[in-house]
Amino acid sequence: MNAATAMLVALAIPAATAVLISLTGRWPNVREAVTLTGAALLFLCVATLTPGVLAGERPEQLLVELFPGLELSFLLEPLGMIFALVASFLWIINSIYSIGYMRGNQEQKQTRFYICFAIALASTMGIAFAGNMLTLFLFYEALTLSTYPLVVHKGNEDAKAGGRTYLGILLTTSIAFLLLAVLWTWWAAGTLDFRAGGILAGAVHGPMVGVLLALYMFGIGKAALLPFHRWLPAAMVAPTPVSALLHAVAVVKAGVFSVVKVVVYIFGIDFMKAEPSTDWLLYVAGASILIASMVALRQDNLKRRLAYSTVSQLSYVTMAAAILAPLSVVGAALHIAAHAFGKITLFFAAGSIYTASHKTKVSELNGIGWRMPWTMGAFAIGSLSMIGVPPTVGFVSKWYMLQGAFSTGQMFAVAVIFASTLLNAAYFLPVVYAAFFRKPGASEDNPGHGEAPWPVVLALTLTAAGTIVLFFLPALPLGLAKGLVGV
Amino acid sequence: MIAAHLPVLQVVLPLMAAPACVLLRRPRLAWGFATLVSWACFGIAALLLGQVLENGDISYALGGWAAPWGIEYRVDTVNAFVLLIVSAISSVVLPGARASIEREVEGDRVDLLYTCWLLCLAGLLGIAITGDAFNVFVFLEISSISSYALIALSGERRALVASFRYLVMGTIGATFIVIAIGLIYMVTGTLNMADMGARLPAVWESRTVAAAFAFLTVGVGLKMALFPLHLWLPSAYASAPSPVTAFLAGTSTKVSVYLLLRFVFTIFGAGYAFGIQALEYVLMPLALLGILSASVVAIFQLDVKRLLAWSSIAQIGYMVLGISLASLTSLTASILHLFNHALIKTGLFMAMACVFYRIGSTRLEDMEGLGHRMPWTMAAFVAGGLSLIGVPSSVGFVSKWYLVLAVLERGWWPLAVFILFTSLLAVVYVWRVVEAAYLRPAPAGTGRSEAPLSILLPTWSLIIANFYFGLDTSLTVGVASRAAASLLGAGP
Repeated sequence: MNAATAMLVALAIPAATAVLISLTGRWPNVREAVTLTGAALLFLCVATLTPGVLAGERPEQLLVELFPGLELSFLLEPLGMIFALVASFLWIINSIYSIGYMRGNQEQKQTRFYICFAIALASTMGIAFAGNMLTLFLFYEALTLSTYPLVVHKGNEDAKAGGRTYLGILLTTSIAFLLLAVLWTWWAAGTLDFRAGGILAGAVHGPMVGVLLALYMFGIGKAALLPFHRWLPAAMVAPTPVSALLHAVAVVKAGVFSVVKVVVYIFGIDFMKAEPSTDWLLYVAGASILIASMVALRQDNLKRRLAYSTVSQLSYVTMAAAILAPLSVVGAALHIAAHAFGKITLFFAAGSIYTASHKTKVSELNGIGWRMPWTMGAFAIGSLSMIGVPPTVGFVSKWYMLQGAFSTGQMFAVAVIFASTLLNAAYFLPVVYAAFFRKPGASEDNPGHGEAPWPVVLALTLTAAGTIVLFFLPALPLGLAKGLVGV
Repeated sequence: MIAAHLPVLQVVLPLMAAPACVLLRRPRLAWGFATLVSWACFGIAALLLGQVLENGDISYALGGWAAPWGIEYRVDTVNAFVLLIVSAISSVVLPGARASIEREVEGDRVDLLYTCWLLCLAGLLGIAITGDAFNVFVFLEISSISSYALIALSGERRALVASFRYLVMGTIGATFIVIAIGLIYMVTGTLNMADMGARLPAVWESRTVAAAFAFLTVGVGLKMALFPLHLWLPSAYASAPSPVTAFLAGTSTKVSVYLLLRFVFTIFGAGYAFGIQALEYVLMPLALLGILSASVVAIFQLDVKRLLAWSSIAQIGYMVLGISLASLTSLTASILHLFNHALIKTGLFMAMACVFYRIGSTRLEDMEGLGHRMPWTMAAFVAGGLSLIGVPSSVGFVSKWYLVLAVLERGWWPLAVFILFTSLLAVVYVWRVVEAAYLRPAPAGTGRSEAPLSILLPTWSLIIANFYFGLDTSLTVGVASRAAASLLGAGP
């Protein structure tokens, strides 16, 4: 199987998994086996592509010609490789977790849940491997639509309201801004291909470059740049495995992945440097980081706190791309992986707490660390990675971002990174502190629970371990990230 | 031998079949016969399109009488495409119509319904194929009168009112059109479209031509439900038997849009319509107002068939918008949307036929929880709805792509934003149905009961076509851009 076909297979595996899940829905054990097998196969398939990409291969696969001169096509490059690896690897762990969580909480309509999950993964692969902006847009929309049933999974009024916000913001931004930007690019540049160095130089001029960039950046609503971030906290009504894999990894990373793609391959770093009208992105992203962090400070609901933290962390990637230094782009690519492992651990922990004790609020967690040592230990590691403390992978990506910022003299970015590190510590460490060092109040003491079911604990231990392993062995993501900018 | 006579067979076949259908009397027999004839028409249309694409325009002198004395049938890329759309929609809907019609129409009238259907089909095909302006009026009346009857055949009493209202408006429209034709005849002395087109430039300054142009625009506007002449449409679509709605929604207004294209570009000429009469200043504001107001009204509908009808008015706005821009890309967008919207709306109305078959209503409140009771039907509705919204990989996206591109070519940014934002209104009204069907509990005591396969299969073939032609656009875009080029080239 050559690399070009392997990309199609990577798309087909989750799609086929979805079909098989729907056929085996009557037998939960078989259904779950199908999910796990599909996830494992997908990761294997994606993994086989990696050596070639590291060696500098860029396989291409045309699908169909949609409009004259404009095809749906796939092109494998390092950033997509990182994204695909992270998403497909975490799908395996997340599936283990889902099984424990969905059964532990006796959720309804589990078959539909797993089907939508597999379709969402297929869309994610499509985004990761997209060879041009049109293909990316197609799978971007498919991802929005396939995750909607997961967001409204509970089917109550809260879920419906959350689903409206989710779909409303993601579809509005993508159709009104992103599609317009794509059409504008096609009309001006005559191509939508992802090309090293960008395609817009010479096609768009002056202030219009800034406007087009705004259409792209706000159009990619999944990157949750303020003020189009509200869909992310709204999506927290979904069952926790959805928040964990989709709203900490696949969906939001699809957003910042697209942001980096647009900056690197559509605009081109040099072109953006030469156009002063694009400078605003750095400041908006910086403001996004700080404001979202401050909002996170005030959230008592644990998942909402994590959601705002995600908003803030996503803007790290956007800001790192906007610094426009090769090293910061490496940092951006690394942060896609780093944040994925850290944040999925935190969500896993939040879901674990909910499954074991039905607690959702930070203020209820006093002393819970001794009853759920694995969960809260993993939570602590995840928090450290969010803050960027060694030995967690969060440190590595921040290191590169800072290096990039220093190399271009972007003191604003440096200041934002330092300030937000303090803020991250301020909203994560109290949770860890309370869990281990505060005595539970009399009313909160509920001795009836211990750890969550073992699949849940296993999953969160694995991802927590991952954040540490990646700190010591960052060679793979680093190699890919460097391939992205050629340093 | 027969290949040479395809143009006339296209019309004569359904026209002659209609009285034969009455003689059959038996409902099932009439249905089978009508379906067969419709498929034959589709075959002829496909052959004609093939011939036109290969050998260029076809001119057929009816009865061997040469134009301008005899009637000329003239097939070019534009109307060959319209013939294909009309006959294809009829052929896909008819197989699914039997089960629905048996439920919705009284037994002794079923054969009459199929007779009217064939007459309507003949009329619509006739309007599209003929190259003679007066002949257009004749076929317009045939299709209109039979469609009034089709709507009135519904068992519901309100259908009579709806049909009567449509009759009044439709008759005014047809009268205006015949007045326009008469006025053009006055100054050019011919009824042949090509001759009219050749002779009109000499008399562009005359007030008679201006009057003809005004009558025509209003008359066709009425027939195609251009805002603000659209009021007959929602109740007509909502109360007609479901398969009839599906058929008319995909064909009748589309043929009227074709008529506008033909008169504006072939007969009056783009130079007259846009250069002298400044038609864009009439059409564009009306199109924009229509898109916006009809989409907003659609959001507040309680009956899904009515909701879709309002959405149709908005979609016609998009087609007219493309016409008013009068560029190669914009006309391509309009002609593409003729085809694409026919697929979308017919698919959606067929899904409603499934719903009506099972629960006897298409009101939102009665459709609660229907996603679990009729999973395949509602999945079809959702897929069709996504196409209506214009999600990439669907035909709706293809239309939107070309329309926005046409606007960008003009550099009219606000208009591009407007088109994209109004397509979001479609999200709102489609999602009202989705939420009702999937996020509300089904009434107690209702189990899973899917519509019969005979309706479900046509529905799904239309939905699949929505996505097939959304991904493989070579046929539709190829034909539409050729048709647009021929329209622009045809004008003086």
